[in-house]
Amino acid sequence: MISRYEVVETNKMIQEANLDVRTITMGISLLDCVDSDSKKLNDKIYDKITKNSQNLVKVGQDISKELGVPIVNKRISVTPISLIGGNVTDFVKIAETLDKAASEVGVNFIGGYSALVQKGFTKADKNLLRSIPEALSKTERVCSSVNVGSTRNGINMDAVKQMGELIKEMAFLTKDNNSMACAKFVVFCNAVEDNPFMAGAFHGVGEADMVINVGVSGPGVVKRALETVRGADFETLCETVKRTAFKITRVGQLVAQEASKRLGVPFGIIDLSLAPTPAVGDSIAEIFNEMGLEQAGAPGTTAALAILNDNVKKGGVMASSYVGGLSGAFIPVSEDHGMIEAAQCGALSLEKLEAMTCVCSVGLDMIAVAGDVSAETISGIIADEMAIGMVNNKTTAVRIIPVIGKEVGDRVEFGGLLGYAPIMPVNRYGCDAFIKRGGRIPAPIHSFKN
Amino acid sequence: MKGIITVLGKDQVGIIAKVCTFLAEENINILDISQTIVSGYFNMMMVVDITDSSHKFTEHSESLKKLGKDIGVDIRLQREDIFNSMHRI
Repeated sequence: MISRYEVVETNKMIQEANLDVRTITMGISLLDCVDSDSKKLNDKIYDKITKNSQNLVKVGQDISKELGVPIVNKRISVTPISLIGGNVTDFVKIAETLDKAASEVGVNFIGGYSALVQKGFTKADKNLLRSIPEALSKTERVCSSVNVGSTRNGINMDAVKQMGELIKEMAFLTKDNNSMACAKFVVFCNAVEDNPFMAGAFHGVGEADMVINVGVSGPGVVKRALETVRGADFETLCETVKRTAFKITRVGQLVAQEASKRLGVPFGIIDLSLAPTPAVGDSIAEIFNEMGLEQAGAPGTTAALAILNDNVKKGGVMASSYVGGLSGAFIPVSEDHGMIEAAQCGALSLEKLEAMTCVCSVGLDMIAVAGDVSAETISGIIADEMAIGMVNNKTTAVRIIPVIGKEVGDRVEFGGLLGYAPIMPVNRYGCDAFIKRGGRIPAPIHSFKN
Repeated sequence: MKGIITVLGKDQVGIIAKVCTFLAEENINILDISQTIVSGYFNMMMVVDITDSSHKFTEHSESLKKLGKDIGVDIRLQREDIFNSMHRI
């Protein structure tokens, strides 16, 4: 029989430490929607999404009520649209269809307006890439991602160059709304096919027709647990993170199994990510503070993050039958009040964040920079981050927002879970000639494992 | 299906009576109760079986939440599974 102590512990995690399940994401393959006729294609996409996900939000709400744990987001990921669009030239129309379908079933984001171009472009890839700024500025719920590199394939530097230009263009198109389109766009190296988190979620081609992936969260719970071992050695610290991650993940596993059963859709994976929100007590930076760092970004931060990331995985892997996605600790700036504070007071720089991405689960995330930062500089930042991913055999990503009209010292509000961010300074020395070279960076030597 | 009811709040006359009346009316069987009062704060945990009740689990959790609001305490009904998942391997 469950003891009162255990019940109180669980409920304290939920009520006081912001334990939640961050997202139930339904992956839907659109491969069977392919059609050379644009109208038919859009109709098929709309029908397939709305028919299969109509109960997603309701099921999520029911499970949340029954278990007493918040399930914050219900979302959809689809097959990368560049694989579905084929000869269709009007890709923006597809984005609008996705937006309409997402709105119809009540999910807040739909991911997969994506292309995988790590080695080269197809005609459809090119069409899709060109359409991204317009698509993201015309839609509300559509998220887009582009994979431009991988450990197996190297980095497509033509794509990296284009990403800088696209990001600037989408920033400009949404300049009246804090360049918001950039917050819905992410550039990847080693993108994963079963990530439930936005903006980078898409339903990989190796996946089943439909699948349920769940992203757990709970930085606040880890922080609370660490408060009980303040000053203890690293062994105790790591054990505490592991135990907490185990408990958090068990809740995610339960939610995933229930959702899978009720929706009649196979369970894919649990993504064991510590995803912060702007709320106090739901922050990765607060965990660093608790570990003994005055501010995120202080010397020792990369080591602290490495400990956190590794032990979240070690604890979580035991708790779920299938672990996947990005799994680890996210370090978005605008979505974490402690990171925002650290960036504001100068403790946390873009360069330190880059170092931290070597050991976190993803990469440079939700970073606002001045609107006049050049496309080439943004491409340079992306190239650096992709190189870290390629060489270290890990997923890295860049979600950067050059906010038109803002300068270092200003602040930008994105609202909701996306939070707010100070404009961070960027190294202004040029990299134009490097980015303009074009072509492909070959795969690193350790990719030849066969 | 088993559920765990937790009641937290300032102690007053009739909390258990009101919760138990509700459960009896809804044909929910009480399997276990434990209760303490610490510095005037009432803290109760119940294990209940709702198998024979005609309403849905989510409806009961809504009703109990509302009952709690009326009395001035916090009442939650959660499926036992969340605690088993988290604390039992």
